[in-house]
Amino acid sequence: MFIPCDRGGGSAAPDFKGFTLLTPAVSVGNVGQLAIDLVISTLDMTKVGYFYTDCLVPMVGNNPYATAEENSTELSINAEVYSLPSKKLVVLQIRSPFIKNKYRPFCETLLSWVKSSKCARVVLLSSSHAYQRDDEQLLGTPLRYLLTPDMEKAVGGRMQELNWKEMEKVAAYPGISDTDKVLHVPGGGITKLLFTESYSKGIQMAVLLKFCSEGDNIPDAFVLANYLNEWLQLIKSEVSTSNNSTDPSSQWKIPSSWRLLFGSGLPPALF
Amino acid sequence: MATFFGEVVVAPSRAGLDEEEEAREETPEDREIRREIEKKRYRRRCSGGEIDVLWTWKSGGCAEEPLVCSRFIVAIGRNAAAFLSSFILDSVCWEVVGVVKLWNEWCRTSSTTNVLPTDSFCLFYRLISDPTVLLCQCSCYVAEDQQFQWLEKVFGSMQKKGLQVTILSTCPVADYKTQESTLTLASPFLKALKTKEFQDQVCCPLLEQPNIVRDLPAA
Repeated sequence: MFIPCDRGGGSAAPDFKGFTLLTPAVSVGNVGQLAIDLVISTLDMTKVGYFYTDCLVPMVGNNPYATAEENSTELSINAEVYSLPSKKLVVLQIRSPFIKNKYRPFCETLLSWVKSSKCARVVLLSSSHAYQRDDEQLLGTPLRYLLTPDMEKAVGGRMQELNWKEMEKVAAYPGISDTDKVLHVPGGGITKLLFTESYSKGIQMAVLLKFCSEGDNIPDAFVLANYLNEWLQLIKSEVSTSNNSTDPSSQWKIPSSWRLLFGSGLPPALF
Repeated sequence: MATFFGEVVVAPSRAGLDEEEEAREETPEDREIRREIEKKRYRRRCSGGEIDVLWTWKSGGCAEEPLVCSRFIVAIGRNAAAFLSSFILDSVCWEVVGVVKLWNEWCRTSSTTNVLPTDSFCLFYRLISDPTVLLCQCSCYVAEDQQFQWLEKVFGSMQKKGLQVTILSTCPVADYKTQESTLTLASPFLKALKTKEFQDQVCCPLLEQPNIVRDLPAA
């Protein structure tokens, strides 16, 4: 599944032992994927390989993180792996939806790759339909987290310190009281499946998600990236002197591929 | 979400799946149609695949041996296929060496090599003067869940060392993203994508971000 890039000189395949794998779920608003784009672009991560898989819709284009003419001609496909050894971070970016009935095989292959490459933990960025929130969820922060039990032992305390909110479980049969509570992530794509599979396989996984709707999801991506940064401290948040608050939004670098997100320019004849 | 008329509709989500929700939205007729199509696809998958590549070349021994190929030109879509028919292919220099038989909800190809330009077909030709030069005209639509299979079956029959692949396809100008309006663009125009292993000169500018290529050409 994972094919390392040929960096020349017969270099060995990259070693991800002990690394944190950061990956998005293809979910409502593509917020996870956009946030991952911000991470890769800002940290100037190096592409180390890709996933050869029949589970995702094929697509190809030129380098989405190009900053100059020279680096704009590297091909980019639907599932690529980037790494930053200095932060023990490996990122899998997914750029297209799943082919029908292929999301389960993809989850299985992904998790077995996580195990075989000995990643220490997985952080999944996702989102959920804002319109499915209940009355309590409508108030307060739209950000939530989930932790597998092993992950809870490791970082649960940190989440408490940060005053984060855990994703609430919902009644299995809404409207009927005394019913079991289950995890439900509407619009979250493979979030729930990956989480429950990691749970059962003993893989340390954290899910960070935001309630949102389809539309211009760039602000949602910034919010989710900042949320991630509160915990993992990937980039420094500059203290703003004017209002003495830390807001790292301005520190994220928007990739060049975010241009023209809503189509080409308008014909002048329209006006 | 509420629409202008006040009714509440479920917005389509880019998440893509949530199969339980998908089933609930379907009408009984849609569900029946979907089930029949799936049954048909499954039956064909079981009987040796939805996609079959039938090679007709005689030299080089049996079909299990890889076809030695130095240049492979693939024309995907009716426009690209027509380009090859008009400017490249003729019965003197090229011979048919293979055909892809496939079926999906949008089109069906057969194993006949005697096709009309309006048919859906996928044929392979070989240059008689240099049998390592192969050409493919694919005017049929290869569904997204068949693309991988198509690739594996076609490239699986080839010896890929030193192989140079050229893919020809077309996209609507309206899909091209650019700062100015696409109305004022001089079209048609050419754009290219190339791997870093491709060292030759490219005859046109490279495709700029944020434009991408999809479907079989991307695969």
